Amino acid sequence: MLYLTRKAEFSAAHFYHNPGFTPEENQRIFGKCNNPNGHGHNYTLEVTVKGAVDPKSGFVVDLKQLKDVMSREVLDALDHRFLNKEVPEFFTKIPTTENLAIVIWQRLAPKLTAAQLHRVRVYETPDLFVDFYGEESPGEA
Amino acid sequence: MMTRILKAHLTRRYMFSASHRLHSNQMSAEENRATYGRCNNPYGHGHNYTVEIAVSGPVDNRTGMVCNLAGLDAFVRAEILDRYDHQNLNLLPEFANEVPTTENLCIAIYKIVKRGFHHAHLEKVRIEETMMNSFEYTGER
Repeated sequence: MLYLTRKAEFSAAHFYHNPGFTPEENQRIFGKCNNPNGHGHNYTLEVTVKGAVDPKSGFVVDLKQLKDVMSREVLDALDHRFLNKEVPEFFTKIPTTENLAIVIWQRLAPKLTAAQLHRVRVYETPDLFVDFYGEESPGEA
Repeated sequence: MMTRILKAHLTRRYMFSASHRLHSNQMSAEENRATYGRCNNPYGHGHNYTVEIAVSGPVDNRTGMVCNLAGLDAFVRAEILDRYDHQNLNLLPEFANEVPTTENLCIAIYKIVKRGFHHAHLEKVRIEETMMNSFEYTGER
């Protein structure tokens, strides 16, 4: 098994708000991130795929294809967007870094055919990142 | 996909600066010099440490989070940064009988987080002592 990681960057605006919470709860739980006018980040995305090395090409995956899928499925949809208002998944989900990693996984996984998606890592800042491996949590709410 | 609970991994980076001297009471002066080299200088020396705390858990549907970042930051500030920043590690009780190598610092910080932070599962403590050296502790496995 061989692992290949491709990086990309995108910039987007978001805010955190759960309509099921009171304004006070939203403020207490989400703090500054609750400002409804939004704020933004320069995100760094790392997509790691895994697979066997093709004996003819020497590739795990055609990097050009991976770049194209990432551009089409992720960057075109998220870069320079207000996530809460323009990206359908975030009309209902809160656009936390956790949910961004999950949504990016869900956008990429069905489109990657040659290699298998291993990990999506999203840096919100250089000091905060989330990894998603497609894992489900056993049981708890 | 509707009500599945997914599991994500969140990593946060923090920095502190501290001094130390690597010296073992179980070795002679010559052995200490041979083992630790410049790090055995009796006056000590210091580093800018970067600590990564990696936790995992189910992404809460109501908040979109593995754990509240402000809670993790407050815990790390009170229990780790306030404890180690601008201190001489050799004078702290955890290093009274242990050499303050970055290996032992990883284990000490892992124990603090494991004991006191219960809002997510601790996966790993990783410390960069310099840009060239890093150490990881994942608990006893």
